[in-house]
Amino acid sequence: MDKMPGWADAVLVPLISLLLAAILSALVIIGIGEDPIAAFKLMVDGALMRSSGWGYTLYYATNFIFTGLAVAVAFHARLFNIGGEGQAMIGGLGVALACLYIPWPNWYVALVGATVSAAIFGALWALIPAYLQAKRGSHIVITTIMFNFIAAAVLNYVLVNLLRPQGAMDPATAKFPEATQLPTFQDMFSTAETAMFRGAPANVTFFLAIAMCFVVWLLIWRTKLGYEIRAFGQSESAAKYAGISPVKITVVAMLISGGLAGMMALNTTMGEAERLVMNATEGAGFIGIAVALMGRSHPLGVLLAALLFGFLYQGGAELALWTNIPRELIVVIQALVILFTGALDNMVRMPLEKLFLASRRKA
Amino acid sequence: MDFATLLQVLDSTVRLATPLLLACLAGLYSERAGIFDIGLEGKMLAAAFFSAAIAAITGDVWMGLGAGILASLALSLLHGLASITFRGNQLISGVAINFLAAGLTVLIAQDWFSQGGRTPSLIGEGRFEGITLPGAEELAGVPVIGPIYAELISGHSILVYLAFAMVPLTWWLLYRTRFGLRLRAVGEAPEAVDTAGISVVGLRFVAVGICGILCGIAGAYLATALQAGFVKDMTAGRGFIALAALIFAKWRPWYALYACLLFGLLQAVALRYQNIDLGVFVVPVQFMDALPYILTVVILAGFVGKAIPPRAGGEPYIKER
Repeated sequence: MDKMPGWADAVLVPLISLLLAAILSALVIIGIGEDPIAAFKLMVDGALMRSSGWGYTLYYATNFIFTGLAVAVAFHARLFNIGGEGQAMIGGLGVALACLYIPWPNWYVALVGATVSAAIFGALWALIPAYLQAKRGSHIVITTIMFNFIAAAVLNYVLVNLLRPQGAMDPATAKFPEATQLPTFQDMFSTAETAMFRGAPANVTFFLAIAMCFVVWLLIWRTKLGYEIRAFGQSESAAKYAGISPVKITVVAMLISGGLAGMMALNTTMGEAERLVMNATEGAGFIGIAVALMGRSHPLGVLLAALLFGFLYQGGAELALWTNIPRELIVVIQALVILFTGALDNMVRMPLEKLFLASRRKA
Repeated sequence: MDFATLLQVLDSTVRLATPLLLACLAGLYSERAGIFDIGLEGKMLAAAFFSAAIAAITGDVWMGLGAGILASLALSLLHGLASITFRGNQLISGVAINFLAAGLTVLIAQDWFSQGGRTPSLIGEGRFEGITLPGAEELAGVPVIGPIYAELISGHSILVYLAFAMVPLTWWLLYRTRFGLRLRAVGEAPEAVDTAGISVVGLRFVAVGICGILCGIAGAYLATALQAGFVKDMTAGRGFIALAALIFAKWRPWYALYACLLFGLLQAVALRYQNIDLGVFVVPVQFMDALPYILTVVILAGFVGKAIPPRAGGEPYIKER
């Protein structure tokens, strides 16, 4: 026995890493002359104490669930998909084309159609890096980074030259038709007397994101394909020996990952802006990396981590509004979370493992 | 296009290629020693901010350069700590460093200067000015050669000449010295280096350190020579273009120069012409922006010569017991 118990690995290590990231973040806030406790209170007030705050928190969380799941599925196949951002951008293009050019009768049919379109567009954007990794051995991290930049250029070109309505100045599509507009939490939960989630962008896509968590869990732990993905991620040679095709698994895992990342655009494009704008992804593709790392690539973990980051995003916006702390604080916290839960994982794990071993020897 | 315009485009090619070249060589040292580094962007950004900030406060650009190098070096050490000491994932560490720099620079800039995440504009001694090489003014009248010497070769800041001098120096260091042999060996077969009684960890830390210094110079060049001051996200993907150039160059110094000049030329042309009308069809500016990345993917795909990275790249070294 030279391992620590499973719960310590799944819960204790991420919690300690999170604590370290939180302590460092507090030091950063002190460093720029603000009070971390007051800042935290303000974040909680703004993000969790009002229903409209929750409306924003859950809106951001929806984005991060999709991109977090995208990164997580790829992680299971030991592929590092850094291209969630680009896949989400192209997914947004899929949403926009579906909403603008197909006359949908009502929003739920439109949502199904746009979801399929977003997933296909996102998946196709992941296909070339996946194929190159599987067949030509090009490193997927580098190709997906390159594809992020190419996606930005493609989107820029399409918005400026093709989809921009005549006479409009900003690079964005026309407003989507009425029938494709998704119900927000305000529409769904407000009663005649009390308005809930007033003005908040959270919408029905949140429930789609929750459903996708369950679907991904089913896929990874309850299907043959999921088994093959995990086997391939654990040991490529063993998977090959068991008759699992590395090319097939690499491509399929990346297609699923790209599809999930593409679906993120439903929330921002169809749910919130109701047209496709240049910066529809808002960096959520990269936050998916932090979310997947923190969530240990498990859908439940991804959900919790996405909620945490949703809180951080909304809380950070409140801080920027009321104090001298810019929104970039969130980027620093995000970096620290990635650093501690991803890169410096062993720094936390090694001493903890020793501790467990020592206590076991005594017993 | 007339001769004067051509010279102007080439001149701005040199200016734009310089930060790419410095960052590309930085990545070359690190990756040749087996440490992948996608944090070039973040290190450049941190250096750009600290060089501009310290140059603005002290009014001395050399102090700024020093501060920039130190900032970049600190992030390099973090990368080394994560990927060498704690054998963490080098790619994830690089991603974290990029975000750390993107966030901290704006945070500190806002705290120090309260100008919305930028530094005050640098003037006078706070910037690297162009150097007029000896004889440039006298030769300027000579047809063809004169303008080439006076405009294209002379008149850049000292960091530009430093960057170009780093190419032969890096070649010599890598291929003609014992240190270079060991550095390359540690990226190909660290166990062999270890067997020879040389410290793998030590060599890799030195490589990561050199990478930090060069990224620091690259960032300082951006903020104190190419432009006059720091603005949010001013590296604008240059760290990733440098990474692309490194792959394009197949991890070799002279090819790195050519790749950076090519990518610099693409940037210069995109900057000057926006959409290029070829008569038959129009090349959109977005295509020019994306071209370095597209070329890199094509090279990576191995259709035009195969790019093979150092064999031990990305793998933490675990000593046998």
